Formats: sequence, structure tokens, C-alpha cells
Amino acid sequence: MSSADDLLEHVKRLLGSDVLDSHSQCGDATVIVPLGAARECLRRLKLDAELAFNVLIDLTAVDHLGREPRFDLVYHLASIDAVPREDRTAAVHRRLRVKTAVPESPCAADSVCEVWSAANWFEREVFDLYGIEFRGHPDLRRILLYDEFKGHPLRKDYPKERRQPLLGPRN
Amino acid sequence: MGPSHPATHGTVKIMLEIDGEQIVEMDVQIGYLHRGFEKECESGTWYQAIPYTDRLNYNSAILANLAFCMSVEKLLGCEIPRRGQWVRTLASELSRMGDHLTRLGAACLELGAMTPFLYGIEARELVWDLQEMLCGARVTSNYVRIGGVQREITPGFLERLSSSFVRIEELLRDFDRVVTSNRIFVDRFRDTGMLPLAKLIDYGVTGPLLRAAGVPLDLRKAEPYLVYEEIDFDVPVGSTGDNYDRFLVCQEELVQSMRIVRQCVPVIEKTAGEPLNVADPRIRWPAKERVFGRMEELIQQFKGVTEGIRVPAGEAYAAIESPNGELGFYIVSDGTGKPYKVRCRPPSFANVAPMRHMLVGGMLADIVPTFDMINMIGGECDR
Repeated sequence: MSSADDLLEHVKRLLGSDVLDSHSQCGDATVIVPLGAARECLRRLKLDAELAFNVLIDLTAVDHLGREPRFDLVYHLASIDAVPREDRTAAVHRRLRVKTAVPESPCAADSVCEVWSAANWFEREVFDLYGIEFRGHPDLRRILLYDEFKGHPLRKDYPKERRQPLLGPRN
Repeated sequence: MGPSHPATHGTVKIMLEIDGEQIVEMDVQIGYLHRGFEKECESGTWYQAIPYTDRLNYNSAILANLAFCMSVEKLLGCEIPRRGQWVRTLASELSRMGDHLTRLGAACLELGAMTPFLYGIEARELVWDLQEMLCGARVTSNYVRIGGVQREITPGFLERLSSSFVRIEELLRDFDRVVTSNRIFVDRFRDTGMLPLAKLIDYGVTGPLLRAAGVPLDLRKAEPYLVYEEIDFDVPVGSTGDNYDRFLVCQEELVQSMRIVRQCVPVIEKTAGEPLNVADPRIRWPAKERVFGRMEELIQQFKGVTEGIRVPAGEAYAAIESPNGELGFYIVSDGTGKPYKVRCRPPSFANVAPMRHMLVGGMLADIVPTFDMINMIGGECDR
């Protein structure tokens, strides 16, 4: 799997009809999967012996205001050497971007915390800043903002200048 | 614990349930420093996002500049001239040294050792002096630009570099003598803050924390960028992954960074006079002396400032090895002069997430060295 296109071929064989679309712009292999099948697809990408995407590098969302469905959830996966090596060069074998579209209502997706623990905080951040809920998340709280904060600041319709009251200490 | 505890940087608050001195349960709350970095980036031009990036991590500002500019360059599909790449490599290694020196010095200070802190900070000041010569600022040093670097190296910089490095090596030797085999220090660091390797990978932990656990993953070797492929250096690894191994890994990385910088110097000397930046005026702003003398360049500069450079529509992700691990930028462009989305993948955020697992069952006093070695930087962690 040297190039992004080879990798995409392999991913398409693995996920079959769950791949709605794919591209390799700038050399970044990207697949788009349906929302309902996203968790299962990600699990299979991790468990597949050859692909072995053992690291969730990043999870974020993009707000395409005016588009339906409105949000994109963007997962960045990587496959790295998971065992210590003697020859002192570990490799990132491959990287993959998985995208899935989330509608405005219901604004929710399945949590992948069980697949990678890294998803825990990343999902809390997306929930906090974009308001996308994650079903099955063990501890879905705001992480960067306080509980009383109203709205989700990274949504495109949240005005940059809006100020919210500063609260005193709760205890 | 925190947010005003001297060892919990900035806004971090750790809610603890303790039994005597033992930690029963903990919840790390990274706090509300939130500057709205990603939101701010969406409201300015691509160039206007650069100053925000160097406030992500005040210890290694140039590296955040570099990661952001590399992601934009990836989308633009432009290639930086050779000399520019060597200069960028030199600048980013200086930046890494500044970060590691602060981390190691501060770790000693927070355990009550003032002398090694002063050794570390004196060395860091020398590195920051060099950065100041390079780009004009010590802390919010801002050197990398889309398509190249801010400016040519200052005359006398390379001579100053070699004399400073002699002194930094002396300081590192002193530091090593006072700290590394110090009984109190070793007792506080050994066998603390450990996490099984599988768990580290599951949490997406990268950088020195992962290398200390035995995985020699360094993006400079694994996915070489700039000119790292042509440079000879080693990736230090630990075996147990405890705080002491993390400390030793960072100490050795300092030595390796100096080795890299020393290899950059002759190439930079040899290529003097060659271009640092891409020639394409749609990407890189024209040189000031030309702006003042020629109408075309004046117009180009004016449009660059008011409208911003046009980045083709699409998305790209570029990552570098920062002192804390993988620092990546995922950007989305809609083809205008403003970014549609700028996402920073912060290593600190991913590294702090498993802190609970590192410490539950351990002692209260282990929090400080563990937190030091994670090296969370507030600006980068919650952006």
C-alpha cells in the first residue's frame, strides 16, 4: 500500500458499499461513509489485520452552514508500530481520513470511545464546540467551556463577538 | 488541586478523591483558557492566522508556525526552495531546544530544585537570544511564512550560534551532574506516571511520552519533512515509560537537536545568496524594497494584505514532530482568501487525556512530576 490510491482500493474492498465516496486530494486518502455505519466502519478499519488503524489521531467537525446534512465529522486515523523495535526506526505505515455527514436534527452520531479511548476527549470537544451529541459516550460533558455557556461557538452561525457573562466560583 | 497550584500550569484544575496520600479517583479539568483560536482563524485571511499559531505554545512557537504553513503549502501545492528548508529546519530545532530546556528546568523547580532550573533557563535564554536574532522576538517568535520564512538570516547569527552552543553544552553537563543521578530526583521520577504501551497508543499519545515507553516513533524519521531525510540523528527511546525515562528521552533529544543544528550550519553558509522563499507573488508577499520601488509589487502587496492569498478549494492535513508529539493542522478552504476551517491537532490535549490512568492508585506527590513530563501547555491544549 504505497500510494493513497492503493490504500483507498483496499479500504473500498474492506468496507464495500459503505464507501459513499473517496478522494486523495493532496495525497491524503479520504473516504466518506454513511452516518449510520460510521462506527462499524471505523471498528473494521481498526481490526483489519492489514490496515490496522490503531491510532485515532484526531477527530473534528466542519460546519457547512446551508448544506444538508449540515456537519461533517472528520476522523484522522493512523497505523503505527505498536511494539518497541530494536532497529530504532518506527514508521507511520498509513494514514486515512474518514468523513461522515451529520444532519442538524437529530444532531447526533455514534460514539467510538469503545474503539479508541482517544475518542473520549475529542468527542467531548466536538460536542462542546459544535453541539453534536455522541450516543454511547460514557461521560459527555463540556470540556473547554463551562456548563452554563449557551450555544456552540464553532458553529458558523455563532457570532464571533457574542459575549457571555463570566460566572463567579460555584462553590 | 489547582488552578492556582504553582505546578498546574494556567487553568488546569484536578479534582481528586484521596485516601491519605493515595489517589483514589481523579478528574482532570483543563479549564477555560479557550482563546477561540479556530474561530478567530476563520474570520481573517490565511496570513492573519499565523500570529495566532505562535501563541499556541510559547515555548516552541516557530514549530506551530511551521505546521500551519506546511498545511497551507500542501493545499497550494508549492515547494519551498532548498535554502528555505534548511533555514526552517534550523529554526525548528532551536525551537525544540527551547521547549525541552523549559520542560526539564521547570520540572526540577517544581520539585523544589532551584539550581538546575537556573541552568536550564540560562540555556533556554541563550536559545531564545538566537531566536531573537533570527526573527526579532523572544517569546512569540514568529518566523515561518506561507511559502518560506520571514527574512534572511541576520549577519553574525551563525557565529553567535556556535559560541552559544559551547555554553549550552557546559550548562547541560552541569544540569546532568546535579540532576540525573540525584537520589531525591530519581526517587521522585522512577516508577511514577506509568501507563501500559497499549493504553498509550489507544489514547493517541505521541512524542516523548510514547518514545519513553519504547516506540521510536518520530515523524522526522517516520514521515520526513523539510530536510530531515538528509540529516544524521538518532531517536532516543526509553524502556519502562516512567517519568524518569521521559526525562532522559528529552535530555537526549536536546543533544540530538544540537547535532541537527550543527549539520544545518555548513549548508546554510554554502547556499548564501540563494532564494529562501517561493518566487510566486500570489503566495509570497514581495520583498519590501521592491514594494517601495515598483508599481506591480505594490499592487500585489496591497491585494495580499486586503484580500489575502487564494488557496484552492479542498482539504489537507499536515503534521510535524513538535516537542510534545504530533502537531497537525487540518485545513479546509472554500477557494477564497479566508480559511473555511482551521483545526489544530494539539499533542497536549491527547497527552493529558490519559493522565487519570497514569495516576489513579499512585501517590498525590506523583502528580507534579507526571504533569511536568506531559508538559501540557494551556494555549495549545484548549486553543
